[in-house]
Amino acid sequence: MEPIHIVSGKVVPLDRSDVDTDQIIPSGWLKRVERTGFGAGLFSQWREEPGFVLNQPEHARATILLTGARFGVGSSREHAVWALLDYGFRAVIAPSFGDIFRNNSTKAGLVPVELGVEEAAELMSAIQADPDLEVVIDVERLTVEAPKIGFTAKFPIDPFTQHRLLEGLDDIGLSLAHADAIMAYEATRADWLPVT
Amino acid sequence: MAQTLSEKVWDRHVVHAGNAAEPDLLYIDLHLVHEVTSPQAFEGLRLAGRGVRRPDLTVATMDHNVPTAGIDQPIADPVSRRQMEVLAENCRQFGIRLYPMGHRNQGIVHVISPELGLTQPGMTIVCGDSHTSTHGAFGALAFGMGTSEVEHVLATQTLPQRRPGTMSVVVDGELPVGVTAKDVILAVIGRIGTGGGIGHIIEYRGSAFRGLSMEGRMTVCNMSIEAGAKAGMIAPDDTTFAYLEGRPHAPSGAAWEKALDHWRSLTTDHGATFDKEVVFDASALAPHVTWGTNPGQVARLDGRVPHPDDALDAGERDSIARALSYMGLSGGEAVRSIPVDTVFIGSCTNSRIEDLRAAATVARGRKVKTGVRTLVVPGSGVVKEQAEAEGLDRIFIDAGFDWRQPGCSMCLAMNPDTLAPGERCASTSNRNFEGRQGRGGRSHLVSPAVAAATAIAGTFSAPEDLA
Repeated sequence: MEPIHIVSGKVVPLDRSDVDTDQIIPSGWLKRVERTGFGAGLFSQWREEPGFVLNQPEHARATILLTGARFGVGSSREHAVWALLDYGFRAVIAPSFGDIFRNNSTKAGLVPVELGVEEAAELMSAIQADPDLEVVIDVERLTVEAPKIGFTAKFPIDPFTQHRLLEGLDDIGLSLAHADAIMAYEATRADWLPVT
Repeated sequence: MAQTLSEKVWDRHVVHAGNAAEPDLLYIDLHLVHEVTSPQAFEGLRLAGRGVRRPDLTVATMDHNVPTAGIDQPIADPVSRRQMEVLAENCRQFGIRLYPMGHRNQGIVHVISPELGLTQPGMTIVCGDSHTSTHGAFGALAFGMGTSEVEHVLATQTLPQRRPGTMSVVVDGELPVGVTAKDVILAVIGRIGTGGGIGHIIEYRGSAFRGLSMEGRMTVCNMSIEAGAKAGMIAPDDTTFAYLEGRPHAPSGAAWEKALDHWRSLTTDHGATFDKEVVFDASALAPHVTWGTNPGQVARLDGRVPHPDDALDAGERDSIARALSYMGLSGGEAVRSIPVDTVFIGSCTNSRIEDLRAAATVARGRKVKTGVRTLVVPGSGVVKEQAEAEGLDRIFIDAGFDWRQPGCSMCLAMNPDTLAPGERCASTSNRNFEGRQGRGGRSHLVSPAVAAATAIAGTFSAPEDLA
């Protein structure tokens, strides 16, 4: 994963709640054994509708997705994150996220930005009024800003995840640093526990 | 200090305690692997020159892609075939036990692990699949994860995790006749919503859950994720122990007694508190049917589909209107008046022997309504064998149901079992998302008994509605 300090750019306003991972990447796309090439599958069912927001030319080359509550609920498929990244998104702003999606995002380098319901709604209206509005997400200060309209808000990310995003760290390496503790724990496991 | 069940299991698996700046590092007792979310994880191991730390705590099967008909033939879809070949190759290379297509122990990962006795109380169990919450029915802490975390567990047998909140869902009293585990969990999700459990582990408590079989408890815990929860758990009791005793991987002899002593300690202490609590009266529950495009959009079978005008705010109005439009409903219909094209009985929610018995009891001596397509897909080779030994397959076939080979099947439409655009399905699965069972397909989640009755009547029905 590459270090991420700032995500800035145009925003796609997807004004829907409960966008589940089956919508983000339909199951037909999950048969691939690679980690790449999922961008074409992003929202592929909804993109068949000409009026769908991602099909609007004014939202081309956006780097941030702004959407409704409970984004990414449902299936654990990390392919949803890979599809968003492959399409060009680097951050998703929503009032809340599915837990697994949120976890997957920070492992793969997509920044999940949780804003208050009212803050997200304010930003949604602003983007809908001005599709070119530039938004800046600062992972170090944990802020979202739209300087042109004076919008500024804070968002939460736990210090460990923030550190990993800023440094671009592989957390398998971090866990393996506890190899002695893992071995010590294994020596204490009950002997009736099953092996496969 | 008084602790909840989930806190006890969590604490017993902490390898390295975290702090404000760092999550706990949890040990994982069992890692379940399938073909869809693992190929990129194994590839990641190879690229980093890492191995699988505990292949003996890892088990794999093929479920999401497998066809449910003609499994003696080569798989027609070359992409599906390749994904299964890659799983077999990865299991060979890393020394992981695999139950491949055609093996009697093959099946849906969340069906085979309990059936083999691998799922036991107090364990931590993970899988690259959100319905891993199923295993919480045994008092295990079990949750789904993405492919990066699959790779993490393969490499380290641990996961860094922040401690979730605790949530208590109490259903006390006796369930009315005809109300099943599926109806209970649909009613719970209908009340707390698809985000009601986000960031929390739910513990299901109260006499209604105590009265459920292990199959019923698995149905409940399975759908915890549909309420957004990290996991769902039910404290183990004599029902749990009776289910486990004698299973291939369950302890035996002196080990069984030692295990039992430990398992009996896995209850929420008197005086322990939860971050969130909701309480239901079992006697007020009824069979439920989802009408919309998420599992929280659910109505009683004896009720009506809501109308956008019933909404409390503009956002809800919009989401009801969107769902009705997708589902081809106008709002206000009596649920019982809605005709279906297809009935699917299967999935990790409802494909176990008790589910098939419930459906067969309704199907016995009756005929599927002309024009209704039906699929009955057992959850595993073992469930299929047992059902056939009990003659359930004959009951289904005589009634006009299609009896299939085990797999995930129409729950997520990765194999050839899919809905056509506009096709309406009564499904015992867990997700009614847009396109979940096939592009443009319309899914309504129900219990096995309601699914079978609906197949006979052609419109949503309970068994007692049938002549």
